[in-house]
Amino acid sequence: MATTYDYEEAHATYDEGRHQDLGYDPNFVPDSVKSFVVHLYRHIREKNVYEIHQMYEISFQTLSDRHFKDTPWPSVDAVAHYVDNDQVFCLLYREMWFRHLYARLSPTLKQRIDSWDNYCSLFQVVLHRVVNMQLPNQWLWDMVDEFVYQFQSFCQYRAKMKNKTEQEIALLRQYDQAWNVYGVLNYLQAFVEKSNIIQILEQEKEGLEQFTATDGYDYSGGSNVLKVLGYFSMVGLLRVHCLLGDYQTGLKCLLPIDISQQGVYTSVIGSHIATVYHYGFANLMLRRYVEAIREFNKMLLYIYKTKQFHQKSPQYEQILKKNEQMYALLAICLSLCPQVKLVDETVNSQLREKYGEKMARMQRYDDEAFVIYDELFSYACPKFITPSAPSFEEPLVNYNQDAYRLQLKLFLYEVKQQQLLSGVRTFLKVYSTISLGKLANYMEVDEPTLRTILLTYKHKTHAVDSDGKIISNADVDFYIDDDMIHVVESKPVKRYGDYFLRQIVKLEGVINDMDRIKL
Amino acid sequence: MVRERETPKQQQQVSYTVEQLVAVNPYNPDILPDLENYVNEQVSSQTYSLDANLCLLRLYQFEPERMSTQIVARILVKALMAMPAPDFSLCLFLIPERVQMEEQFKTLIVLSHYLETGRFRQFWDEAAKNRHIVEAVPGFEQAIQTYAIHVLSLTYQKIPRPVLAEAINIEGLSLDKFLEHQVANSGWILEKGHGRGQLIVLPRNEFNHPELKKSAADSVPLEHITRIFPILG
Repeated sequence: MATTYDYEEAHATYDEGRHQDLGYDPNFVPDSVKSFVVHLYRHIREKNVYEIHQMYEISFQTLSDRHFKDTPWPSVDAVAHYVDNDQVFCLLYREMWFRHLYARLSPTLKQRIDSWDNYCSLFQVVLHRVVNMQLPNQWLWDMVDEFVYQFQSFCQYRAKMKNKTEQEIALLRQYDQAWNVYGVLNYLQAFVEKSNIIQILEQEKEGLEQFTATDGYDYSGGSNVLKVLGYFSMVGLLRVHCLLGDYQTGLKCLLPIDISQQGVYTSVIGSHIATVYHYGFANLMLRRYVEAIREFNKMLLYIYKTKQFHQKSPQYEQILKKNEQMYALLAICLSLCPQVKLVDETVNSQLREKYGEKMARMQRYDDEAFVIYDELFSYACPKFITPSAPSFEEPLVNYNQDAYRLQLKLFLYEVKQQQLLSGVRTFLKVYSTISLGKLANYMEVDEPTLRTILLTYKHKTHAVDSDGKIISNADVDFYIDDDMIHVVESKPVKRYGDYFLRQIVKLEGVINDMDRIKL
Repeated sequence: MVRERETPKQQQQVSYTVEQLVAVNPYNPDILPDLENYVNEQVSSQTYSLDANLCLLRLYQFEPERMSTQIVARILVKALMAMPAPDFSLCLFLIPERVQMEEQFKTLIVLSHYLETGRFRQFWDEAAKNRHIVEAVPGFEQAIQTYAIHVLSLTYQKIPRPVLAEAINIEGLSLDKFLEHQVANSGWILEKGHGRGQLIVLPRNEFNHPELKKSAADSVPLEHITRIFPILG
């Protein structure tokens, strides 16, 4: 398969240069770090979410840039006595410690395993003891996000068996529970269940509970940790299932979150993007193109408008990358289902700039077009994983690309099944009625073949939604009466109802404002 | 868990339990044997649960050494029968490529390809050559005929008899009988074509009669109205 983008690019550096700076002394704690942990510890005890957030988002980055550009932070043992050896704080500190290590250095196998142990300890505390903390959504999202990322990274690492040392293999055998797929899924699932988040969201709809309105925070003295972790774990599950190629189950995990509305998932940009990216991707694989286009469009427009506010954020690079990937996925969706009217003007012009030329070539469905489908898919798809452990006996082989190759192959298979549809579409667009014989002639196929192409068109443009209902994704539709094709151009449906509802609410607002003015 | 043969009544209870197991415990390797039994039960009782089958394929994916290709084949035949839903692809996404290379799976993939691309003639020919695979699952033929009629109803207002015959693989007297049944029960109408035999008028739906769609688009869902209840009150 010809792919311009190297699927493994991002991870290639991981295995090289594992040697860490020899000048690193894990026990040396600079004064600024001392003050950082002392203050962070105090703010956490005092449930000062604002200050915690500032320190977590800004101070941690600043200190990392200043002191720990290419070394790890001081070991937890070196800072523990500044924070009363508080167990939970130490677990949180180590979680950040590993996150920093993964982001800036290459974790060794031992460190990967230790990080897994740390997550287990931290999650056990949250799940089985009463945690009296209030942490920023950003931090809680990062925890879930990083947990899934490290799992994915571990699977990729483990699947490259060829260049493993004997020592590494011995460790992999010894710690076979580390980053085990059952463990990962069950932790996420446990958060969802223990937090009762699904019931909370249900009750919120009936006005019995507040969650979204307070962004998940608890202003009555309780803790938000378990609830919000439970909430974000639903997004985590969606992502893990997408990595495994199980799109149906992934979308099912996300069902309690109403993606057509704002919610706690939109309160953190990383979570917002991860949710929409995986939701859109899963819908693309399920052939629900209109749904994917709609959500990608909304997200891309949002990023376009708010990008500048995130420039200083540590996630900025990641935001831009996902932004580009979603444009590529949108280009794929629109090539298979040309519903351009669903796309906002701004997004559309960005899309044309980035992929206009490629999209024109994708419409041709020749060999070159398949190469582009392949290229865009490979660039924009999730980093699929093989979750099972390797067999250590056989000659050691790399299998890190297997999962990706399978998903790519099945996707391209789908594209090939649709390759004749763009031709039909072109003709249908210029006729209001045309006989089967005439169209067959134009398309240079016989009549029975044309009938199968038309059936394919109908089947592929009519998806089955999660309730089993048939939904049309067709931009141009038709029906056949005996041997005459009647074309129906779908016009954008004007939603007068929505318009009037909005105006009623607006008018009410104006009247209220006027009432409040005392003359 | 080993289950003895049970009476039909108890079997119903088991199926209830398996659905529950999947809902409560979706990531538990211990339910694998129950899920395998459940696949066989779906085959014999002509029922279907995509969620349970995906759950089983997931467990196979996690522990490939426990995979039974015979069970996987049954799941795939069941998934074909669920067309037009994309279940067959959903299952393939979870089955390792080397397993898909096996002869029986290659055949099933070809069958799915014909159905996905509306080539019913080829489909029935291929199915006839592989009776041992598809006949192992009761109701197969009927399920595919239902799918064929579904996609034909999306496409045709009126369909020539031979085109229908080819798609559902029923001819002659059996077709007459079948049509008679559909006329009586599903609102089909038989018409005389322009001197070239019979035309069948398929029931109207919003896909073969686009004018039916508009009325639905004009309506406002109740939950949108409820948003302005406070104002109206």
